[in-house]
Amino acid sequence: MSGDAVIPHLVLSTASHLLLAPVAHAANDVATSSVFSPVSAPADSVVRVATLVLIVTAGIFAVVASLLVYSVVRFRRRADDDGSEPPQVYGSDRIELAWTVIPIITVFVLCLVTARTVYDVQAAPRPADALEVTVVGHQWWWEIRYPGFATANEMHVPVSEGPAARPTFLALESADVAHSFWVPRLAGKTDLIPNRHNRMWIAPREPGLYLGQCAEFCGTQHAHMLLRVVVEPAAEYARWVAAQQAPAADDPDASAGRRVFETTACINCHTVRGTVATGRFGPDLTHLMSRATLAAGAAEMSRISLRAWIDDPDHVKPGALMPAMQLDDAATDQLVGYLMTLR
Amino acid sequence: MTAATPAIPTAAEWRLPDRGRVAIAALIVAETAVFTIFVAAYLYYVGKSLGGPTPREVLRLPVLISILLWSSSVTIHLAVRALRAGRLRGFTGWWFATLALGAIFLAGTGLEWYRLIFREGLTIRTNLFGTTYYSLVGLHASHVIVGLVMLTTVFALALRGYVKVEHAGRAEVLSLYWHFVDAVWVVVFLVVYVVGR
Amino acid sequence: MATIDPAFASAHPGASRTSVPGLLHGWVVSVDHKRLGLMYIASGLLFFVVAGLEATVIRIQLAIAENHFVSPQVFNQMMTLHGTTMVFFVGMPILLGFANYLVPLMIGTRDMAYPRLNAFSFWLSLFGGLLLYSSFLAAEGLFGGGAAPDVGWFAYAPLTELTFSRGNATDYWNLAILVSGVGSIGTAINLVATTLCLRCPGMTLGKMPLFVWINFVVACLILVTISPLTAAQIMLLLDRFLGAHFFDTQAGGSALLWQHFFWIFGHPEVYVLMLPGFAFVSEIVPVFSRKVIFGYPIMVAATVAIGFISLSVWAHHMFAVGMAPAANTFFAVSTMIISVPTGIKIFNWLATMWGGKIRFTTPMLFCIAFLFQFLCAGLTGIMLACAPFDWQLTDSYFVVAHFHYVLVGGLLFTIFGAIYYWFPKATGRMLDETLGRWHFWLLVIGFNMTFLPQHFAGFAGMPRRIYTYGPGRGFEIWNQVSSAGVIFQAAAVACFLVNVIHSLRRGARAGSDPWDAWTLEWSTSSPPPAYNFEELPAVRSRRPLWDLKHPDDPDWRFE
Repeated sequence: MSGDAVIPHLVLSTASHLLLAPVAHAANDVATSSVFSPVSAPADSVVRVATLVLIVTAGIFAVVASLLVYSVVRFRRRADDDGSEPPQVYGSDRIELAWTVIPIITVFVLCLVTARTVYDVQAAPRPADALEVTVVGHQWWWEIRYPGFATANEMHVPVSEGPAARPTFLALESADVAHSFWVPRLAGKTDLIPNRHNRMWIAPREPGLYLGQCAEFCGTQHAHMLLRVVVEPAAEYARWVAAQQAPAADDPDASAGRRVFETTACINCHTVRGTVATGRFGPDLTHLMSRATLAAGAAEMSRISLRAWIDDPDHVKPGALMPAMQLDDAATDQLVGYLMTLR
Repeated sequence: MTAATPAIPTAAEWRLPDRGRVAIAALIVAETAVFTIFVAAYLYYVGKSLGGPTPREVLRLPVLISILLWSSSVTIHLAVRALRAGRLRGFTGWWFATLALGAIFLAGTGLEWYRLIFREGLTIRTNLFGTTYYSLVGLHASHVIVGLVMLTTVFALALRGYVKVEHAGRAEVLSLYWHFVDAVWVVVFLVVYVVGR
Repeated sequence: MATIDPAFASAHPGASRTSVPGLLHGWVVSVDHKRLGLMYIASGLLFFVVAGLEATVIRIQLAIAENHFVSPQVFNQMMTLHGTTMVFFVGMPILLGFANYLVPLMIGTRDMAYPRLNAFSFWLSLFGGLLLYSSFLAAEGLFGGGAAPDVGWFAYAPLTELTFSRGNATDYWNLAILVSGVGSIGTAINLVATTLCLRCPGMTLGKMPLFVWINFVVACLILVTISPLTAAQIMLLLDRFLGAHFFDTQAGGSALLWQHFFWIFGHPEVYVLMLPGFAFVSEIVPVFSRKVIFGYPIMVAATVAIGFISLSVWAHHMFAVGMAPAANTFFAVSTMIISVPTGIKIFNWLATMWGGKIRFTTPMLFCIAFLFQFLCAGLTGIMLACAPFDWQLTDSYFVVAHFHYVLVGGLLFTIFGAIYYWFPKATGRMLDETLGRWHFWLLVIGFNMTFLPQHFAGFAGMPRRIYTYGPGRGFEIWNQVSSAGVIFQAAAVACFLVNVIHSLRRGARAGSDPWDAWTLEWSTSSPPPAYNFEELPAVRSRRPLWDLKHPDDPDWRFE
């Protein structure tokens, strides 16, 4: 950041932290998704302009509210009032001009600041080495497509800071209805709209796990479309990519379960790279166990929750589009055993 | 500050607009907004159909029935003028002419649709062109139908001798609605048959 | 009202005062603007209680994380119906009801321009509401839970297309609003014609009470606001029933087209809702400050400006859909601009109170609270107008907080003020002041307790329209406080209902002018006779009763 922006930045960030302490207190708590704890460039720009707007509106509130309180107290009818009417004042050109001009000037300044931030964020140039990820919204999970592989609900991106900054540009699409990608600490939200290609970008400065969720009502389970964005240093990110690119594990001990998987119509909806399963309707399961949650945050990933899900998805996530596969206990156990090998 | 007491206007001096004209103007404003949205959708979807018949392939300029419809604006104007002057027979004649011209327009639209549906295979669900074409032209046609119902009612009353010179104001209000329907056809004609092709 | 309508009695000499059919008949066939106005308000209040219960279900479900009070399907129905009912079957009817009742009285005429159209519009409106709620009884929806609509009150496409909304739930939503929308347009036409054509002699446009001016602008707005929604709903009907592709994205249709059309309706609609609230305040504050409204001409100009500008801001609801920066900037600027005339109005009301002798009657209390709360609402509106800030705040609980500050803290408070103010005129009895104060304070506490924390839930990242949320995200505390506020609001509404029922029979007699006010409705008896005025009045100024009460100091010398 340039030298002459440091002091305003300090003032603004101090103000924002003081004003919004209760909301931003958990800045290092992994579960917080506070708008006022940004760790990425677009979210930073938003907090900067937001802080200015908050200060201006706080000032307006202070002035007008004080005048209201004063007038209500000072001009109340006294107990000893004689019942006469006070002087009738029909208007005042000068006063009315003043309280028209001052708001216009205030609005003008806010418009300038707003316009600048809009262009800073939306018209940001895309560096040649930016990471390109496509996010496709589904009812009610996120398909995340990288060059060469696809995953679901959990997105890994490299840290973007310093001379080797590598922002991530997201292409946003939808397979069904409108959704919205919102991870507050990384950026403002952008919608995923069918038959439309939207774009957004993030440049996270700090490694960590950042949570978000769908922010456009998309039906029954709109509430359970959790987004987990893992920001990692470049080396770790590269390792994750390599692991994801590998085809599915083929554990001979789980061959019974794999047979259940391949013969019970699971392959109609799911992909497991390296096998006959190439379905696109449901999430890619190639590295299912590398993800921490199941069904876009509906449950923690574990053997028990996996079993409950396969038994009856509607019980775990009412309204989910995956049907109960009506398997008997033995087949379910084998199937779960197989899925647990898909690390 | 001792101005003279303002005078209260007499009944003759206190002239406010005619409520029939104001009400029909308000209705026309609302209807214009409805049509504007359909026109906006039509223009937005020009050229965006994924397949199926295109306007250039299947649309034929409905020149004759358009001229007939626009002429009906003239005839209804003449009808109202006749009624105002007390010429009841003239009113009935011109009013019927309006009715007939409107009915011919509607029949013409019906024939056009028959051709499009059964010969060209274009229905409202064929593609975006079909959707926007039938809804916009159909919305206009539905307004023509409503107008014809009202025109027919007045015509029947006129035949029975119930319409008198003092009803000229109401006939004029109806004629304003009819002029609106004709004006909308100008826009629809331009958008669908000229710009959209 | 225990007395039978004299017009009915004279036409039906055998009718008994207490015969239920006689009383019902009088109301059902009435074309009297006062009766229709009261029926509008009564039906609106009934739906208000229903929508309030829906909100209570929502707040109970959201009080704790991962609650299972209701299923997601039921929750989504509750939130859809709550919003739809409040906007279309509470807000619009109550406000059109007040306009219906008061405009003819205030302009010194006997009825609206088209009394039968008036009645037709009311019954259409009521029918729409009943149609919406009959969806609960209708055929099974996709999961057998009854077919109440569950697509959100703005019913975004393509969620509303047949593909994603099977069964008829969405059709109930569509048709109910379509039907009542036609009713609203009918009333708007009536208001425009009445205001322009039926004013009493001497009442030029510049001498109409502000209430009449504002409702006139609202009526004009309705003509161009409801129509786009009607058009879009016809398109949705065509999509769902005839296989059209207006919003069918798989056939090349555009989901955004629905959003544009909906918000071209939706944004002016919120001004249709809020401006009549301003109209109430503009009548009540002067009377209880004992001063003329400050700056009448600018108040009119500001209202007209708000009407026009409101037509140009709609896409500020769509900042997150990926519009080009130029479009986002345009709508951010137009939205910021509309804050200027709105702010001016607040200053004018403040200046009206300044130097006055304020009496803290219940109507005035509600208006004072309105000023504080609407100020907050306007300022959070400025935050949302800033498009980048909106990228974080839109579709979160911050927006929910904002518009409830506008519609509850703003509009509902003014509606209650209006009810306390004009109840004596309509019924001849005063509402109880003590119960009124309980109502007021319980509502202030409950309203702020529910909606102030929601701003912070939005800051914490909580999206809207979610039926539950995970623990440990920082949402819990805000939701707990928010839900607790419901108890106070329910108590407040209970006080109000008790007050109304009690006062209808036992309230103190009001007389024609209990508040010492200045507009023409206070010159009639309370309640006014069916014909309003024995002799149609003539006026020389904006406050004809002030002129009568102060012949030495009449308004027309200074206006």
